[in-house]
Amino acid sequence: MSSSRQSKYVVRKEYSEPIEAPDLSLKSWARWLWRQLTSMRIALFLLMFLAIASVPGSVFPQRSADPNGVVLYFKNNPDLALWLDNFQLFDVYSSTWFSAIYILLFISLIGCVIPRVGVHYKALRSDPPAAPTNLSRLLSYKKLDATEKNLEKAIEYLKKRKFKVVSTKTEIRAEKGYLRETGNLFFHLSLIGVLIAVGLGGGLSYAGQRVLVEGDTFVNNEASYDFLAPGLLFDKNSFEPFSLRLDSFSTTYDYKNPNNYGKPMDFIAKVSTKNSPTDLETKGQIRVNEPLHLPGAKVYITGNGYAPEIVVRDKDGVVSFSGPVVFLPQDGNLTSLGAIKVPDANPDQFGMLAFFYPTVAKLDTGALTSNHPYPWDPLMTMNVYVGDLGLDTGMAVNAYKLDTHTMKQVAGGKSGTKALQLKYGETVELPQGLGTVEFKDLKRFASIDITYNPLDVWVLFFALTTLFGLVLMLIIPRRRVWVKISKDSVEVGALTKSKDKTLDKLVKDVAKSLKKKSK
Amino acid sequence: MTPAIALNPELATISRVIILVALTFYAFSFIVLAWALTKRAGGQGKKDKFANRLDNIGLVLMGVGVVANGAGVLTRGIAANRVPWANMYEFSISGAFIASAIFLLTLLFRDLKFISSFLAGFLVLIIGSANTLFYVQVESLLPALQDYWLVIHVSVAILATAFFTIGATLSLIHILKETKRITSSKGKAAKAFTKLLKVFPKSEKLERTYYQFNIIGFILWSFTLIAGAIWADKAWHRFWGWDTKEVWTFIIWTIYAAYLHATTTKGWDGKRAAWLSLIGFLAIIFNFTIVNLYFKGLHVYSGI
Repeated sequence: MSSSRQSKYVVRKEYSEPIEAPDLSLKSWARWLWRQLTSMRIALFLLMFLAIASVPGSVFPQRSADPNGVVLYFKNNPDLALWLDNFQLFDVYSSTWFSAIYILLFISLIGCVIPRVGVHYKALRSDPPAAPTNLSRLLSYKKLDATEKNLEKAIEYLKKRKFKVVSTKTEIRAEKGYLRETGNLFFHLSLIGVLIAVGLGGGLSYAGQRVLVEGDTFVNNEASYDFLAPGLLFDKNSFEPFSLRLDSFSTTYDYKNPNNYGKPMDFIAKVSTKNSPTDLETKGQIRVNEPLHLPGAKVYITGNGYAPEIVVRDKDGVVSFSGPVVFLPQDGNLTSLGAIKVPDANPDQFGMLAFFYPTVAKLDTGALTSNHPYPWDPLMTMNVYVGDLGLDTGMAVNAYKLDTHTMKQVAGGKSGTKALQLKYGETVELPQGLGTVEFKDLKRFASIDITYNPLDVWVLFFALTTLFGLVLMLIIPRRRVWVKISKDSVEVGALTKSKDKTLDKLVKDVAKSLKKKSK
Repeated sequence: MTPAIALNPELATISRVIILVALTFYAFSFIVLAWALTKRAGGQGKKDKFANRLDNIGLVLMGVGVVANGAGVLTRGIAANRVPWANMYEFSISGAFIASAIFLLTLLFRDLKFISSFLAGFLVLIIGSANTLFYVQVESLLPALQDYWLVIHVSVAILATAFFTIGATLSLIHILKETKRITSSKGKAAKAFTKLLKVFPKSEKLERTYYQFNIIGFILWSFTLIAGAIWADKAWHRFWGWDTKEVWTFIIWTIYAAYLHATTTKGWDGKRAAWLSLIGFLAIIFNFTIVNLYFKGLHVYSGI
């Protein structure tokens, strides 16, 4: 990141300077540290460290990308997991050690690039530098006879090749390819832009989730989210007041091609939205690669499943529970698991753990399974538990789970009573006079992800300018050419900062123009 | 309701046969080119007429292989009714086609014949493993992959990989040439090998050439990364989320960035930069094989 390699052919100066006793003051230490940090060598090491430090995040599950994987890891290797967790190996990309590396790299980058901007600005405005003492040490060199010194022709040639040319009586100084350094600086400054936009954008953004059953409406405010991860700088009072209703959710399956028979080919959520409570309703749709853009948010579908509508009545026929219950999918064929809680039942609360099979089939073991995600032949089975549902303690309770620890099982398992089985539309009797349960209807649900990042456009902008700078810095060659005239010879020498072989040809061509005769 | 896109499994079978034809030509090309190389090492180097003839035959065989490879890729695409790079098998056959086509095109204006045997060997390896390890029947795209970014993001990734492949081959030769343990060893095998290495151009020329391949690769890889982020923002509701494949794309980018810095760092000789160029390529291979097959992540498209 610091300036490119000076010619290795330039004579080193420091040998001639007197050796001073090392100065051990704080200031000089700081200066030494700064110089080290902004050196190319350290930048190179930091880049390699960053690459190596990124590896464990792909080996171990990360809380940010795969929280369930982390839970599973803790379950399978509890001791190892604790040990790994001490080193933040489940949060690699927000860990102290990873942050330390990229912050150092960031400082190195800034410390290196900013001074170069000034240097380059000066270089752009000033003449090409004087020729080095010894041209023959340059990358490309040619010596001509003293008579071959048609400077005008050489200058003309160099100018035609878009060189910036300055000449004295005994010397021509020419340089071109300033765009290379411009591109290089542009690239590194844009990279700083990307990092700032990502960092600041992360602070100002939020991401949230909500499960919507067909017919449900989501109103954008903090309380409406099932899960919300706001950035540190996001103001929770600034949610745009839009609302969104899930009208329908549908999946298209392929029944035409045997190679992907029955596989889902398309998911469509039809929605109605309002930008504010007083606005008119607009119809829209969300598909997998087609998020819905609303003011101040983008809305995605990230999951889906079934929400059977259940009605529970007590023995007198009074409804004690009614509504769709979200069942979480357990496999690709949407075998789903749900918890139905009836807190208002009399005299004891009870709940049900239910499996839902969209297209039911029997395994050889006698267990039930689903062999297709579409509800061709839906069936629900229920285990019933009586006892305290734990809803009255004021503690947060997972809506999709039933804690059966303190409950007594009265249907299914070892309870002595068979698990209940309900087909679509059926009503069956609950055990022990608890009443009846009805599988009234079948709805779909969709998991909706809502994200907001005011700076993502800037991240993209700087990413593209990075690319632009990169192309400039890598393809434009920078060259310096000198012609030096002395009593007994004419010399041509050239330098380049990029690896290329056309330098020799350039020197040859300049030499050729020097040999030309003026008309 | 979007109607299902018709697949053509019969054509896919024909495509596989055509790919096997390409594999056969690549294999013969490899044998002939390797023969030419050893002939040169034992004989008069560049002036060896017999070796020159062998080279030409080998390149013609490779050319036929490329045509067959292209036809195989094309028919696979028609059979699937979409771009032919949605799983590892398809990525491999498309990648092999692009790499060999770029190589043969480069030969028109740059003398790179000396690595043709390496490249032919590599093509045999890719197509061979694609056919035996990665083969999957032709299927429609999952909803997550049904997007025009699949065309852009993956094709540029393939292109970048092709450039890096040629760059890595050249840096490997550079490293071998500069390895004193080989070149100054008195062992018989080492001496023969040193003779073989002398057939290749000087280190400086190699260095310059693979630098050019690597910078094109790096620009394309940067584009792949940005295009991937744009697509991720559409499909996965965030432009960056440290998914395993994202991590490795980033690691590869960082290694090549380090390589570029190494080429302009004082006190770093060319060989160390060459190592970085080779390590970057090994990371690409790792990303394509181990990460695809064994790491958990969102880029699950091997189909295996």
